[in-house]
Amino acid sequence: MKIQLRYFASVREALGRGSEQRETQAATLAQLRDELTGQGEPYAQALAPGRAVRMALDQVMVQDDAPLRDGCEVAFFPPVTGG
Amino acid sequence: MAAARVAIQHEDFDVSRELARLRESDHRVGAVCSFVGTVRAAGKAADPQVLDMELEHYPGMTEKAIEAMVDEAQRRFDIFAARVIHRVGLLRPGEQIVLVAVTSSHRGQGFQACEFLMDYLKTQAPFWKKERTADGERWVDARSSDDAALARWGIEAGNAG
Repeated sequence: MKIQLRYFASVREALGRGSEQRETQAATLAQLRDELTGQGEPYAQALAPGRAVRMALDQVMVQDDAPLRDGCEVAFFPPVTGG
Repeated sequence: MAAARVAIQHEDFDVSRELARLRESDHRVGAVCSFVGTVRAAGKAADPQVLDMELEHYPGMTEKAIEAMVDEAQRRFDIFAARVIHRVGLLRPGEQIVLVAVTSSHRGQGFQACEFLMDYLKTQAPFWKKERTADGERWVDARSSDDAALARWGIEAGNAG
């Protein structure tokens, strides 16, 4: 399936891009993150398993077991610091 | 028609005007509570002085997330109207960043709703701050004390931790 990826703040800087489209076989966000880090740098470091990365699916914060859908928008970003 | 509840904007805001608009022609209102967040010159006293700060957000999600917070505040507290303004872009020390304002019959519910909205916003709204000092730029770290503040309301933040 085809998904839209969005990156923000330090994750965006580490990846050198704010968005991209991707074909994926991943069923969940956790699998997608593994798939991305498996491509090597800069993903491996920016989305490394030990790193505090928060996720949103279709613009709602979710845990990494959230299931992906065709055409969905997935965002990876560091902990938020507004207010 | 009431004014929009949530605004994400580069421009500064006028607190008096916002509060006046919020309670305009609603004579049930007996209390207007508000919080204004501003840019500090330094995180802690020993930290280097902040020259300016860049606020990034996730357009679309930010508005939705804050709308959902206001809905939750309306469910939890006996309040009439709420307004949240959050600025983005380049901000300097002393500038206003955020306004949360709530109208209610009595002050108790209004104060609580303001605090709830700020606790929620700090840990669940997709904003990120990057500070610039004489030492260079750095992304501001999330604080676990902000997660703890939201936990008081029975909500697991899971942001900083």
